[in-house]
Amino acid sequence: MRLLKLVPEDTNIKFLKWRVPFYVVSILLIIASWGLVLTQGLNFGVDFAGGQEVRVTFEDRETAPIPELRQQLGELGFGEPAIQRFGDANSVSIRIQLPEGTEDEPGAANAIGEQVIGQIQEDYENVRRDANETVSGKVAGEFRERSVWALLGAMLAISLYIWVRFEWQFGVGALFALFHDVSLTLGMFALFQMEFSLQIIAAILAIIGYSLNDTIVVYDRIRENLKKYRKMPLPELLDLSVNETLARTVMTSLTLLVALLPLVLFGPASLFGLVVAITVGIFIGTYSSVYMAAPILIWLGVTSDSFVPQETVADKQEQKMRGET
Amino acid sequence: MLDFPLWKRITLWVITLGFAFAALPSIASLAGIEHDSFEGPEINLGLDLAGGSHILLEADPAQVAEQRLESAEESVQDILSRAEPRIDIGEVSTLDGQLSFMLENPSDIDRAREELRDLLNGTGLIAEWRLDVVDGNRMVLTQTEQGLDEAVEGAMESATEVVRRRIDSLGTREPTIIRQGDSRIVVQVPGLEDPQALKDLLGQTAELEFKLVDNNALPSDIAQGVANPGSEIVPYSEDSDFAGQFEAVRRLGGIRGDRLTGAQQGVNPQTNETVVNIQFDPQGGARFAQLSTENVGRRFAIILDDEVISAPNFNEPILGGAAQISGGFTTETANNLAIQLRSGALPVDLTVIEERTVGPDLGRDSIVKGGLAMAAGSFLVILLMMASYGRFGIYATCALILNVLMVLGVMALINSTLTLPGIAGFVLTVGAAVDANVLINERIREERKRGRRVVAAVENGYKEASRAIYDANITNFIAGALLLGFGSGPVRGFAVVLIIGLITTVFTAVFLTRMWVAGWLRAKRPTELNV
Repeated sequence: MRLLKLVPEDTNIKFLKWRVPFYVVSILLIIASWGLVLTQGLNFGVDFAGGQEVRVTFEDRETAPIPELRQQLGELGFGEPAIQRFGDANSVSIRIQLPEGTEDEPGAANAIGEQVIGQIQEDYENVRRDANETVSGKVAGEFRERSVWALLGAMLAISLYIWVRFEWQFGVGALFALFHDVSLTLGMFALFQMEFSLQIIAAILAIIGYSLNDTIVVYDRIRENLKKYRKMPLPELLDLSVNETLARTVMTSLTLLVALLPLVLFGPASLFGLVVAITVGIFIGTYSSVYMAAPILIWLGVTSDSFVPQETVADKQEQKMRGET
Repeated sequence: MLDFPLWKRITLWVITLGFAFAALPSIASLAGIEHDSFEGPEINLGLDLAGGSHILLEADPAQVAEQRLESAEESVQDILSRAEPRIDIGEVSTLDGQLSFMLENPSDIDRAREELRDLLNGTGLIAEWRLDVVDGNRMVLTQTEQGLDEAVEGAMESATEVVRRRIDSLGTREPTIIRQGDSRIVVQVPGLEDPQALKDLLGQTAELEFKLVDNNALPSDIAQGVANPGSEIVPYSEDSDFAGQFEAVRRLGGIRGDRLTGAQQGVNPQTNETVVNIQFDPQGGARFAQLSTENVGRRFAIILDDEVISAPNFNEPILGGAAQISGGFTTETANNLAIQLRSGALPVDLTVIEERTVGPDLGRDSIVKGGLAMAAGSFLVILLMMASYGRFGIYATCALILNVLMVLGVMALINSTLTLPGIAGFVLTVGAAVDANVLINERIREERKRGRRVVAAVENGYKEASRAIYDANITNFIAGALLLGFGSGPVRGFAVVLIIGLITTVFTAVFLTRMWVAGWLRAKRPTELNV
């Protein structure tokens, strides 16, 4: 039986040849992402903005009366509600942010929720309440704070571990690659104004985990090759390492994609944001391990000496005693 | 590396199958199969999958401080007026969270200090109040921080108990009620049809008071919200017959509704009005009898959570310890109030600061769709693995299936909860497990290409790939642990699956497949490797 080989044997793609333009583009993308996050802002869901999200299904209708709802709920005076289809055509999600100045009132979000649900039940019959999320301003603030800590903490702790296991240059490289991934993911959320919720934090951490997995595989091969080919120029050695692990990179990314694709296409609507974020993140993460994490080692001055232990006098004596020299 | 003595093989199989079998009860119950052989600990389904309500309640510690101030005021007046001889004091002020009053006779200062000692020290080991004397004759009582902390702690503890009793009275299945932090209570009720009823029940403090109406108050003063000294103005509740109006009542000298032994919803046969019948305990009954005897013909206000619900006359002394309260109740509100009075008043107001409710239909939909999508994804992954690595792909697939079973098994054994993000965690676990096998198999390919013989290639493949696998999984583990520590709610469900999955992945993808490959190499001694 002939086995499937996605990547031909002995590839020798000069990845690193284009490292400067790629780096420039990536850094511009990072800057653009943060620019978008700062100017456009993230479209915070109720988890982070506080407020009310209701999901309802109009059981005796083909499609949900979205324009009518927008008008009826807009008249409640909580500002423009964000209403969109959710899953089936007759299901909607209605999101209402906390009005300005009520962030500190613990009961405000709950009061809004009761009014919104009351209004819908008054105007329509056969409405099924699928889900209801109410988050007060205070709790939303705590979620924001804890999420930032979780992301920063994970990135730092991971980089520290890589520093200990490899060398400091690798730790910095991994940190930079992770920063790149998180920035671009946030930028994407700001650009498309996709809802940013607690689930997306889980997605970003999954992306961090995946991207790191990739980075470590490439780094591990670089470390191995540094010991093996002590005279090879670094750019060439990096290219070799990336090429040697290319089959694995492609295969793993592909398997994850085929595992995720059904979830994107037919999975539950409530998981959509999360799986889309992870799917896109896989591309960003794979790219960053090749183009962000590897070339930075050149500029940070990794040499083959980094991994060859300096022989101490004690070592030499030990070798002599064993009769190895 | 490829040497697997019998004891090692047995150990690996026992661990694998042990955990994998632990998954069976959960799988059986998800599939709806009921059989005695599938008994055992099961994975809990999170509320986002099973349907149900998660409600986070918060109390305001400032309210506890205020209540303590009020009750201290009453105690101070009571204690000093009972002293022998009586200690006269001027008007008590409760400004800025402090209690201060002037002694009519400055020479009473030491006696007053002595009399108040029990109040100041409280029952515990810590001082509850600090006493300062200003200008020789003004006493100022300030709450100590420890005293307040202890009071908040006590209030939260009994509030949790009250919440539990109220929910139990709804007869719901397996509610979870846990205190969180200093001033919060988490309530989780699975499979609830109407969360609004639950919130109504929990949201009301149900503090019932009986206070005498201040007959000297002028209607014009009441309308302007001006009360006589010793009185206060209380609004009528929205549901009562006098909504929008106010009543002036005496602040002190009333009875609190915490001395009840029973409360039921009922109907007054004469007026056909919905009422709540209450029974006092012996002490409360005696106080009520005394109050009603002393004030026959006068009006008293029935106050629920600082709103008057009605203000009837004491027509005659009420001696039996039972009373009836009315005031615009519907059957439902009367029933709710009865439950609330029976389970006791909340010592503090609780506000709903977070609620997540998922209807049972949406939850079921998520399980079905999530499960099908995962099955489809796994099928594609298996196909890809077999097409790429042949025999080694089959080993990887078997390891993958056992891996998923083991994760489920461990989750069942530690009684953890599977949430919707947890399903995404499974996808990543599958990804990590596949990656480990891809790393190993690609490495074996490479080693073969370099001309190593079969056994050496396999041995080296495992050895060289393991390093990266360990590093990658340990770093991911760090990320998962931080997520578990800092993350909240649904995110933690993701972290749990991720962490368990990482451990089982290393186990199945590295150890288990190596054992199988070693067995095959030993049995067949192949000279060619189709990888």
